[in-house]
Amino acid sequence: MLAMNFRGPFRIRADRNRPDPEIKHPNDAIVRVTRSLICGSDLHLYHGMVPDTRVGMTFGHEFTGIVEAVGSGVQKLKVGDHVLVPFNIACGSCPFCKQELYGNCHESNPEATAVGGFFGYAHIAGGYDGGQAEYVRVPYADVSPTVIPEGMDIEDAVMLTDVTPTGYQAAEQGGIQPGDTVVVFGAGPVGIMAARCSWLFGAGRVIIIDHLEYRLEFARNYAKCEAYNFKDMDDPVVFLKKATDWYGADVCIDAVGCEASGDALQTILGKKLLFEAGSATALHWAINSVKKGGIVSVIGVYGPPWNLVPMGSLMNKGITLRGNQASVKRLLPKLIDHVMAGRLNPKGLITHRVPLEEVPDAYHMFSAKRDNIIKPLLIPPRAYAA
Amino acid sequence: METNVKKRRRPLETTIPANQDRRIAAQPKDIPGWGMDADPENDPTYPMKHANGADHQRLDYEKAPQQPVDMEILHSIERPNVTRVFGTSTPPKGLSGAIRRFAYRYSEATATHWMTLILADRVNVYEGILEDLAHGIIPNPWVERGWRAEWKVNRAGMIQKMAVGALAVTGAVVFLTRKNRRKERLPAGRYR
Repeated sequence: MLAMNFRGPFRIRADRNRPDPEIKHPNDAIVRVTRSLICGSDLHLYHGMVPDTRVGMTFGHEFTGIVEAVGSGVQKLKVGDHVLVPFNIACGSCPFCKQELYGNCHESNPEATAVGGFFGYAHIAGGYDGGQAEYVRVPYADVSPTVIPEGMDIEDAVMLTDVTPTGYQAAEQGGIQPGDTVVVFGAGPVGIMAARCSWLFGAGRVIIIDHLEYRLEFARNYAKCEAYNFKDMDDPVVFLKKATDWYGADVCIDAVGCEASGDALQTILGKKLLFEAGSATALHWAINSVKKGGIVSVIGVYGPPWNLVPMGSLMNKGITLRGNQASVKRLLPKLIDHVMAGRLNPKGLITHRVPLEEVPDAYHMFSAKRDNIIKPLLIPPRAYAA
Repeated sequence: METNVKKRRRPLETTIPANQDRRIAAQPKDIPGWGMDADPENDPTYPMKHANGADHQRLDYEKAPQQPVDMEILHSIERPNVTRVFGTSTPPKGLSGAIRRFAYRYSEATATHWMTLILADRVNVYEGILEDLAHGIIPNPWVERGWRAEWKVNRAGMIQKMAVGALAVTGAVVFLTRKNRRKERLPAGRYR
């Protein structure tokens, strides 16, 4: 089959000789991919920032597809169902899944205990091949995969597999109360979605910070929020304090993670030398810009588990720091309702539609931020097969 | 007589019995007032926790059948075994595999684990090139690095970058050959 094949940092291939996936477990299904996306967190893999990203892997944790085969233990899904597949691989029965923490499943990722299993995301997330391919093995097929509701656009559906729930959970974790001022760091797809969703929780003011003008303009239009370029500021923390009557924002959201720009020392220590889990500039700004007693919500991806984090500010200011991978299955009913009612328009974030054969070009464009790209969609050649 | 033989220190991990926390957890219940101030609503560590009392049912849940372990799966030492399902992507092999095996002897809380894995990733890249060559595949950076797209949407920038690169390489070559020529011009008898 045709699938993306990782050959090393900044080098990937659209490989026509990848083996077809097989059913390895009674609860598995095989899905023929109809749409997949490239996520900002795929770029961390693409850039070589996430440990145990092995050569020969296929990335892609955001995809929809048609069920082609099911294992003997699968009861809910049937061949022919068109499903959206959340990026979390969750067993549905461990204590964490029972608490709807599907991103923290204990029975899907042998390589690490901090996170659950994800499709196409290095071996620290279980070593599963992902959806930037024609076919995918989907474990625990009865738990997370959800039949696309009738009348829902397939592009909206694929956006519900990660980016929309992640943005939504970023806002939810912020514990936003009516009238709160929310600052989102990072105007990538998740940051823009977090800004958009902040309104759903009753935010009174939403500010987004980035350094790319085209993304800020997109955020202004899509998320209806204030958008500022930190390159135009002497000090983003002072700017935000001033913008909030010198108190600080009620809620700050880090939607950047380990590849933040804006601080030379962090860039050298974290991005170039990998002495810490990437550059934590956005996290620093979030902790320092939030009000005393405020909440910092972290949804950006950090690799290894240590960072130069300003713990002194965290303690002295009485901040609550919250973060997690999105529990997509928990959020799906609510988000499907929002999409069907027209309150959210996830596919509006998709700017580029690319054949799977051109996946290296799509990665490069997304990584280098060319052509005003926000979110690239991949279409496999067999997406339309009968 | 005092013996010089030192007692071999065992790491604490090998002495602590599995699931001990469940036995300890039963004891505080004897303390007067235990748990009376617990408020499930006051739990900011969970994103909208759905409290259902399952927190401590750690071993009692119904597990799926075990996926046959038909390949080498490295697993975190913070758990006793592999999960009921696992990925099938790329088992460890070669030198990078040996480095990964070493990394997985350390917990996720250690720099050794993560930095060693990053080292393995870098070694793995060269193994990938050798593997390609062995299969008659010559890596094509123009395609693999997405330079086709760069040429399409950022031609001027790309030409500029290539020109700067070419200039730097030419400069380096000129500098090195100039040094060599100076050596050649030295009088033959100088070193006698």
